[in-house]
Amino acid sequence: MRLNYPVHVRIIRVPCTGKVDILHILRAFEKGADGVYLVGCMEGSCHYEQGNFKARKRVEYAQRLLDQVGTGGERVRMYNLTSGEAPLFAQYAQEMSERILALGPNPAKLAGAARKAKAAGETAGRGVA
Amino acid sequence: MSQNTPSKLEKMLKAGHQAVTSECGPPRGSDPEAIKEKAQLIKDHVDAINITDNQTSVTRLCSLASCIHLKLAGLEPILQMVTRDRNRIALQSDILGAASFDIHNLLCLSGDHQSFGDCAQGQNVHDLDSMQLIQTVRHMRDEGKFLGGDEIKRPPRMFVGAAANPFADPYEIRVPRLAKKVAAGVEFIQTQCIFNLDKFEQWLNEARDRGLLEKVYILAGLTPLKSAGMAKYMKNRVPGMDVPDEVVQRIAGVPKEKQAEEGIQMCIESIQRLKGVDGVHGFHIMAIEWEEKVPEIVESAGLYPRPKLD
Amino acid sequence: MIVANGKPLEEIIAAVKDRQKILVAGCNECVTVCEVGGTKEVGILASALRLHFLNQGIKAEVGETTLQRQCDREYLVQARETVEPYDIVVSIACGVGCQFMAEEFSTQPVVPGVDTMFMGGALERGVWSERCQGCGTCLLAKTGGICPVSRCAKRVLNGPCGGSTKGKCEISKDVDCAWQLIIDRLKALGRLDDYETLMPIKDWSTDRAGGPRKRIKEEVAS
Repeated sequence: MRLNYPVHVRIIRVPCTGKVDILHILRAFEKGADGVYLVGCMEGSCHYEQGNFKARKRVEYAQRLLDQVGTGGERVRMYNLTSGEAPLFAQYAQEMSERILALGPNPAKLAGAARKAKAAGETAGRGVA
Repeated sequence: MSQNTPSKLEKMLKAGHQAVTSECGPPRGSDPEAIKEKAQLIKDHVDAINITDNQTSVTRLCSLASCIHLKLAGLEPILQMVTRDRNRIALQSDILGAASFDIHNLLCLSGDHQSFGDCAQGQNVHDLDSMQLIQTVRHMRDEGKFLGGDEIKRPPRMFVGAAANPFADPYEIRVPRLAKKVAAGVEFIQTQCIFNLDKFEQWLNEARDRGLLEKVYILAGLTPLKSAGMAKYMKNRVPGMDVPDEVVQRIAGVPKEKQAEEGIQMCIESIQRLKGVDGVHGFHIMAIEWEEKVPEIVESAGLYPRPKLD
Repeated sequence: MIVANGKPLEEIIAAVKDRQKILVAGCNECVTVCEVGGTKEVGILASALRLHFLNQGIKAEVGETTLQRQCDREYLVQARETVEPYDIVVSIACGVGCQFMAEEFSTQPVVPGVDTMFMGGALERGVWSERCQGCGTCLLAKTGGICPVSRCAKRVLNGPCGGSTKGKCEISKDVDCAWQLIIDRLKALGRLDDYETLMPIKDWSTDRAGGPRKRIKEEVAS
């Protein structure tokens, strides 16, 4: 079908969304990701029976934690579709991309940039004096 | 049976009369007038008055002080004591304090859990349970000794009571549990509110079969219902309460403004039925915040005037 | 096992917010089994703390370690090199481990990252239930193997109280009445007659009431 989806989505393939750990999600944000979403099989049709349900619980856990640390839980989502639904895959990528664009960058990056700018400013200031 | 204590309630029961007791809840403040007024309303119609001990775990003026107010007014108080708030030092100490005012009746209870009250974050004590409190006060009275073994100068002379719930689960141990309280030394029982008379009588029959009714005086607990709403609340919300559907239907079947009257009538009918039942030695009327109705109930049930004791 | 529950993240953040080097220290024993203080949870808490600092634009280092047992000096001594470079330790072992850690590293602040709750076991994955309060004088032989001290809200030794309804405690429909369980079990054992034996007044001096307790096994203590 050669469908288009936003270029800034990086796909990480896993054998099952049940393989995705809470730490994978948190570390992605530590490393500067602006959003993370999981695309799993339809609920009830997991090859490993519980994989996508476990993934959903981890996503919800990540959302709670990210809310508490100021990243924002709305940057994480779980989607479900079947392997034959390529248009839906593209649609979800588009949806997530728009959601994240609306939210803006990962606050860690903004705060880091601000800190660096401040440090640079102080250094420059000292140079003038 | 010989008299163990100067308790008027004990005398009444041992003289073979049907006793009548009622109860008053102390106020949530330090003004003693409320409790005195409540007691005055009912004093001529009852033989003794229970004073509740921080019932439903809501902090109130203490039972002991309230009992002292009644005693000083010439009335016969029954000191309720729960094991929730005091350890064995405080329990024994309060028993002696009560005895120093010649308070001669004690009702031993475990008490509602504190989560129901205004101090849900508080600790509970439960150093003893209600049966062990019965044992404690009997030990203090009969042996003249503290739990620690030392002698008590002027031991307390208290007629010892406890509650029994003929309806609480599991039913199969309801009678064995009474047997246990009797073995612990209880002398009178005030039961939980009875709405299911058949089940109460079944409990009595089983207690009789075990020979318990010769060893303990049973006062049947009765509560007049104020409304269909109260009946439903007690049926569905109050732990260990058995309110049969017929009872709810009967009070709900009359117009709202007549429900209180119907509730009083139902209470009177219950007393009349249970008066003739072997093993029922009297009645404990718990008119919750409705003490003024106690005289009417006692009179209509044929329990008035109260017998005079020498 | 000792069962604990994670403290609210904001409480942990408040405790460490002014530190630059923070160590999250887990324990491989009970808290690993009850999924609150093992290597996995160390990773999650450390990551969450790092994200917090990143989002605040604060430069801080959050380290991770998990000891075999925090309640054992043998392992704490081995952890000295790991622990000493840090400004503060967040211990997510139980209250025992957290205290042993603080005793061993007497000049470093050690704060708890969990609330230690009770001694209990797992009913199923993710659900733990209390079974023992360590009263020091076990009654289980008399009560059909069900403990009224830890499982009755009023620790009634001659129960049940009047609040037992349909097998549940008066405090909540989600709490079993311990005395219903005891009676059912005595019945199953054909020992219901034992119910009528009065349980004597308990000696609570072996409980926490008697003061901090110590056990010495003479055969091995030096």
